Amino acid sequence: MGAAFFPVLFFTALWGGVGIAMPIMTPKGPHQNLIRCILMLTAACCWLFWLCCYMAQMNPLIGPKLKRDVVAMIGRSWNNPIVAG
Amino acid sequence: MSKWWSCGSNQESNSIFRSEVMSLVQMYLQPEAAYDTIAALGEVGCVQFRDLNAKINAQQRKFIGEVRRCDELERRIRYVTAELNKEGHKVLDLMDDFPPAPQPREIIDLELHLEKTETEILELAANNVNLQTSYLELSEMIQVLERTDQFFSDQESHNFDLNKMGTHRDPEKSNGHLGFVAGVISREREYAFERMLWRISRGNVFVRRCDVDVALTDPKTGNVLHKSVFVVFFQGDQLQARIRKVCTGFHAHMYPCPSSHSERQEMVKNVRTRLEDLQVIINQTSDHRTCVLQAALKQLPTWSAMVKKMKGIYHTLNLFNVDLGSKCLIGEGWVPKRELELVEVALAAGSASVGSTVPSFINVLDTKKEPPTHFRTNKFTRGFQNLIDAYGIAGYREVNPGLYTCITFPFLFAVMFGDMGHGTILFLLGLWMVIDEKRLSKKRGGEIWNIFFAGRYIIMLMGLFAMYTGFHYNDIFSKSINVFGTRWVNVYNRTTVLTNPTLQLNPSVATRGVYPMGIDPIWQSASNKIIFLNTYKMKLSIIFGVLHMVFGVCMSVENFVFFKKYAYIILQFVPQVLFLLLMFGYMCFMMFYKWVKYSPTTDVEADTPGCAPSVLIMFIDMVLFKTETALPGCDVNMFPIQKNLEMIFLVVALLCIPWILLGKPLYIKYQRRNRPAGPVEEVDEIVEKIEVTTGKEIIITEVAEAHESGGHSEEDDEPMSEIWIHQAIHTIEYILSTISHTASYLRLWALSLAHAQLSEVLWTMVLAMGLQMNGYVGAIGLFFIFAVWEFFTIAIMVMMEGLSAFLHTLRLHWVEFMSKFYVGNGYPFTPFSFKDILIVVEDD
Repeated sequence: MGAAFFPVLFFTALWGGVGIAMPIMTPKGPHQNLIRCILMLTAACCWLFWLCCYMAQMNPLIGPKLKRDVVAMIGRSWNNPIVAG
Repeated sequence: MSKWWSCGSNQESNSIFRSEVMSLVQMYLQPEAAYDTIAALGEVGCVQFRDLNAKINAQQRKFIGEVRRCDELERRIRYVTAELNKEGHKVLDLMDDFPPAPQPREIIDLELHLEKTETEILELAANNVNLQTSYLELSEMIQVLERTDQFFSDQESHNFDLNKMGTHRDPEKSNGHLGFVAGVISREREYAFERMLWRISRGNVFVRRCDVDVALTDPKTGNVLHKSVFVVFFQGDQLQARIRKVCTGFHAHMYPCPSSHSERQEMVKNVRTRLEDLQVIINQTSDHRTCVLQAALKQLPTWSAMVKKMKGIYHTLNLFNVDLGSKCLIGEGWVPKRELELVEVALAAGSASVGSTVPSFINVLDTKKEPPTHFRTNKFTRGFQNLIDAYGIAGYREVNPGLYTCITFPFLFAVMFGDMGHGTILFLLGLWMVIDEKRLSKKRGGEIWNIFFAGRYIIMLMGLFAMYTGFHYNDIFSKSINVFGTRWVNVYNRTTVLTNPTLQLNPSVATRGVYPMGIDPIWQSASNKIIFLNTYKMKLSIIFGVLHMVFGVCMSVENFVFFKKYAYIILQFVPQVLFLLLMFGYMCFMMFYKWVKYSPTTDVEADTPGCAPSVLIMFIDMVLFKTETALPGCDVNMFPIQKNLEMIFLVVALLCIPWILLGKPLYIKYQRRNRPAGPVEEVDEIVEKIEVTTGKEIIITEVAEAHESGGHSEEDDEPMSEIWIHQAIHTIEYILSTISHTASYLRLWALSLAHAQLSEVLWTMVLAMGLQMNGYVGAIGLFFIFAVWEFFTIAIMVMMEGLSAFLHTLRLHWVEFMSKFYVGNGYPFTPFSFKDILIVVEDD
């Protein structure tokens, strides 16, 4: 289980804010209901999309298959050095 | 459907969740105020008039004369517009700032003005044809006189010494000498002409001809004519007569031509002078015509708008009943309930404008007729509502999926189209159209542009969500970005790397947590990324698809509650949602559980990646009551009570099928048995007696129209056998479509995969080639290759792929989502509105 609490809490709070708090604070006007509906639907869709992406990588069942030049490039560019030996 | 600017008070809360509450109003108009009242209502655009004279044909209605006058005015306007188009002036219809509807007495002035303009243009056109005809004849004569010089120089010294005159003047003096006829003929006829002359004269004529090089134009059509000059030499009077007949038959024009050179020169001079004079007259006529047209050009759009308004008013008045006894016009129309005040204000304004002492007024009627469907959309929701209305107009007060489509549509599009680069392009296109919409709304770009512009908010949202999903897919033109730092580490040492061309990282030792947002960037470089992404995107598609469908089924509860069919919540909604959740909701649960349970770092052998079962195979085994053979060390079940739970779910789901099938018909049967006897028959004609101010009675005959159901619910009239059949069809359709629609949502994965692979092909086959070039030549080559790549990116990836994803999203909404709750059997509210009449889409 590689999941961490901080990203889960952060994104849940973020989209919770968009989907729950912002509709509550929507100012009254002719389009209040429309704006609320838009905010809630956006929050639900985006949060669920993020959640599926996060959970799919919590416990990866396979690892990436990399070519030699990719390994070398990752070692150089992504601070992922090849161990000597 | 009504345009978004109609019926706009903007004082109350706007919602497109349900259609507006509509009222059927009855109007009593004073005849002297009727025109102004309808004009005021046309400006407001809130009333859809019913036709109270459906049995009277169009030619017998009261105001048909006025309508015909407007038709004549429109014809004249079209004629002047066509003449202006010939001059190269494009008459543009007004797009805003329309003039008010004209008073009938103003139209008399307009009629006179248009008649004068049309008559003047017609006279000028006729004069122009005459002038052009004369010009053509003189031009041809010039050609004859000039071209025949070379003909006569060969013959003059031998044959014409004793005869100075052409035969057309002194035929009697040609005895014993050659005569000639000169003229002009069409080039396509000259060979047949020459052959005919040889035949009639048995070879005793001599024909010479020469092409006319200058361009001649047909006076009537303006087409270019190709002609030839000819001279026929002959002997004898009889032959001359025959030759003249042949010339006439072939439409050749004969012109006088002196045989003497000096006389020809003098004649040329005279004809040239006449030509120059004629050209001056032609130019003056053309200038005069241009002045007349220019004077009309400025006024024509205003006149056109005024005539259209007037015609619309009289068409509307023809829908009214005319009671000659009480001297008032009676009409009926649908009005949104919250706009009744606007309508009353318009009626008062119409009466006040003519100083009428008796006010026009309206009654609100109670009716069982089905009202039209009206949504008060704004510029944002209008595009989405158009998508829904293209499938079917919502029934009156039925739940409108357009509200939720505002987000679900662009989001599902983005799941398929997800790419930050392409999404940014799409977003910027939509953003440009939104920011600059005031200017662009006046642009006349044709039908395709109007479609794009009407959907500008859809395009902007599709682009915005595509950027979001593209960020999660970690895909920018098929390349990834390492924002949060990859969570995979290389655990192999140098020797291992150098001795193996391909290495696969072991997730049990090579991971350091979870990439917080989106797919880890290392997957974009992995050769097995398709395997990984496919499993992810397929699960994603099913999860979103099932939720979308559950949402749709839940919407039917809104309709049942609103229309007070509470029993159907138990008889229809509960079994439907149970079936969907127990079968496919459980499948989604298995997906989430699999993500949590099986881990490469677990200590339990049964929870290792090698033991992870396929969700699809487990689902099939659940339905088929099969049990897979577990691998050694693995457990066949995900969780302990799985088999028992699946059995219960399946049994309950199967019980839902007869529940849906039998519940509603049995309920209707039970209701009918307890219904009071002797239902009231709905007559086709309703006779209402209403007393007006004068005390006289008015008899109004009202005809139920075909598209109005007559006030009864359909179920009350249907025989039981049809109800059983309909319910059986509905049950089969729902059960089967739940299965097929779930599979249908897999297109979210399929199009996403296709988009990503196409993008990668474009990168590797086009731009990567340029990046591999070296030196200065490579820089220049890269410049051009980038242009090619950018063109293909926009043309194929954004336009074609975008359209493909759009259409698939449309189908997911129309079929998979809306079939769960939407009936869509309404008809649109089409109010009498001047703006609808005047704003037309140009078919350029």
